[in-house]
Amino acid sequence: MSQGCISPDGKPAERALELLKLLLEKKKLSDLEIAEILKRPLFQVRSSLRELEKMGFIEKIEGFYGITEKGRRLL
Amino acid sequence: MEEVKEIQPMPRIGDEAPKFEAMTTMGPISFPEDFKGQWVVFFSHPADFTPVCSTEFLAFAKMKEEFDKRNVQLLGLSIDSNFSHIAWIMNLKEKTGVEISFPIVADVDGKVARLYGMLHPGESSTATVRAVFIIDPNGKIRAIIYYPLSCGRNMKEIVRLIDALQTADKYGVATPANWVSEPQVWEYTEENTKVIVPPPTTYEDAVKRLKEGYECIDWYFCKKSLK
Repeated sequence: MSQGCISPDGKPAERALELLKLLLEKKKLSDLEIAEILKRPLFQVRSSLRELEKMGFIEKIEGFYGITEKGRRLL
Repeated sequence: MEEVKEIQPMPRIGDEAPKFEAMTTMGPISFPEDFKGQWVVFFSHPADFTPVCSTEFLAFAKMKEEFDKRNVQLLGLSIDSNFSHIAWIMNLKEKTGVEISFPIVADVDGKVARLYGMLHPGESSTATVRAVFIIDPNGKIRAIIYYPLSCGRNMKEIVRLIDALQTADKYGVATPANWVSEPQVWEYTEENTKVIVPPPTTYEDAVKRLKEGYECIDWYFCKKSLK
């Protein structure tokens, strides 16, 4: 299921860009930390993270999320 | 020949909340996975652009701070499309100034409603009843409430129930009849005594409705006093 933070043609929505920029700046964050910093509901952050991870823009290592090279190229 | 009735399994208290993926007014969700670590009030309403549901959504939205304090995420559902949900909450915002800042599941095919037993054919085969599922941070169903289409729910009772569940978990106790977390008076005003006027069902009647002397927020959402 998409129509979330990445459009069907692969373009990131504002909330995806916001999340990627944050991960570029902070390097590694948990879902809870991201929700707190972006002041977005936890379920929405988790949904965005899942979508971005599936597209290869971010990766999850030991519970923390970081931006990938593919994600950096998107910014 | 004997009539064969389809029996829909319904989740019960103590069950794991059934899993589903759906689109909401705040993007796609995977339930209950995305909500782990939080309490969830998952509630159904019969339909968008209906008056009783509108009063419930406004009441839930106005109590958002109380739910936030208790680490509770609200999640609505009806058998309507995402566009319908969005149009409705934009209408409520425009007419009342109240923002509906929680997600509403779009369940056009009724798949989620059937999964949760929110369709009660004796009441309506196409509109969900007013069901409330209280789901704990581990994804377990802790309480279920059902109301018919004609009666709006009491939001303070839902908050009271969450307080009771959280208190029971924290202190290993049970709570008696009419228990409250702290002494309080549930204040109601003249506004609470008003009733909903059934919404018009034709375009002609909808046009007339705003001129009929009721207290209307919009053509489908009018109240009157019985006194």
